[in-house]
Amino acid sequence: MSSLDPRINRLDLVKTLEAEDIAQHQHWETYEVFVQAKRGGHHTHVGSLHAADHDMALIFAKEQFARRGQCHNLWVVKTSDVYALDTEDADMFADNNEKKYRNPGGFKVSDKITAYKKAQKQDKTETDD
Amino acid sequence: MYGGGYIYDPESKNQATIVEDPEMLAAFEAKIDRGEKIEPTDWMPYEYRRQLIRMIEQHAHSEIIGALPEGTWITRAPGFKRKMALIAKVQDEIGHGQLLYAAAETLGKSREQMLNDLMSGKSKYSNVFNYPAKTWADVTVIGFLIDAGAIINQLANSKGSYAPYCRALKRICAEESFHLKQGYEGFVYLATGTPTQRTMLQDAVNRWWPPIMHFFGPADKVSVHTEKLMRWQVKMDTNDNMRNEFLEQYVPKIWELGITIPDPKLRKNLETGRWEYTEPDWDEFFRVINGNGPCNKERLDVRRWVEESGRWVRQALYKPNEMYKMPLA
Repeated sequence: MSSLDPRINRLDLVKTLEAEDIAQHQHWETYEVFVQAKRGGHHTHVGSLHAADHDMALIFAKEQFARRGQCHNLWVVKTSDVYALDTEDADMFADNNEKKYRNPGGFKVSDKITAYKKAQKQDKTETDD
Repeated sequence: MYGGGYIYDPESKNQATIVEDPEMLAAFEAKIDRGEKIEPTDWMPYEYRRQLIRMIEQHAHSEIIGALPEGTWITRAPGFKRKMALIAKVQDEIGHGQLLYAAAETLGKSREQMLNDLMSGKSKYSNVFNYPAKTWADVTVIGFLIDAGAIINQLANSKGSYAPYCRALKRICAEESFHLKQGYEGFVYLATGTPTQRTMLQDAVNRWWPPIMHFFGPADKVSVHTEKLMRWQVKMDTNDNMRNEFLEQYVPKIWELGITIPDPKLRKNLETGRWEYTEPDWDEFFRVINGNGPCNKERLDVRRWVEESGRWVRQALYKPNEMYKMPLA
């Protein structure tokens, strides 16, 4: 075989007959990667990668997710250590917006203040008369 | 970088027909109709999963194989800046491959299995990478026009329904715009250079035009299958529409530099607003995709060599008791 690439011609490409049999999990475990874009911000999930241990995962994360653009810090977490809710259970959050008592909007006072002020004013006018 | 229009993969004849629960299916389709994305742990029809795995996997293979014809030019890139840029680009392509393998893995096929299928020839990758990059001008044509085609395809796909694929494509598209600019700069440099440089570029365009026309794949057959892929937002547009979009955006950019395109029929029909061209040679396309192109063997041989040469490292670090889990998102 003659390639246009001299480097390829220098390789001994013949002894590669057993390559196409990568056993399961030979590419190790997967890690989830979190990037903190700048100091003071949240770490945000950006994707996953394969690595043999945490140190290697950090090196790969730097190469894969912090090649350009902003990155201040990286976290890697083994995927198997992440315990997640099932996305099919999302309906448990469906009535969140109905819980007005959990939000500042659930506490309205301006009507009462206006009414109070109006009453005060009226009282004052009556007394003056 | 990516190749290609996606074509429905017919089910093996031995596979019994899978009947989906009509209620689940209706809920799934309603979710897509509402514009909601599908996450890995959501219920999804068997066919949706199967077609997506195949499509994302082909996309991933295209990235890592696509880096090979360009990688061969790193040592011979003209000038330091171009060499650095080409190294950065090749690294991006491999990174894209990793992102896409991870997205496909969330659907349940392991990376090991995907790589095995690539090397055995069971899985395909974009046909354009079965052609050699003969001169530096070929590298600029790939960087400009193939990446341009890839962006059209990927931007469309990034609006699809499967969330992990969309997330990966968002990252990928941002980097592709650097590739396109880098390729275009090299293209313009040669086109506005010496007569020898112009000739070299024209030759490369002539060589690459047929594969570029093949890039988006043959016209989609009008069928229930294609309709289903579009309905489920696996496929976002027809192959012909994407090819037309490519011609619309990039042919004027080639012509304005005085570079010709080796297709006497190529012109925009002002009435229909669509481009007309000589129908690409689809026999050649299928011949090459089935393993008989000029570089199929070299690409897979190199891939195998890499796999085998690096295996001892992976094995030395292998921990058999680790608990394996699919990537989450």
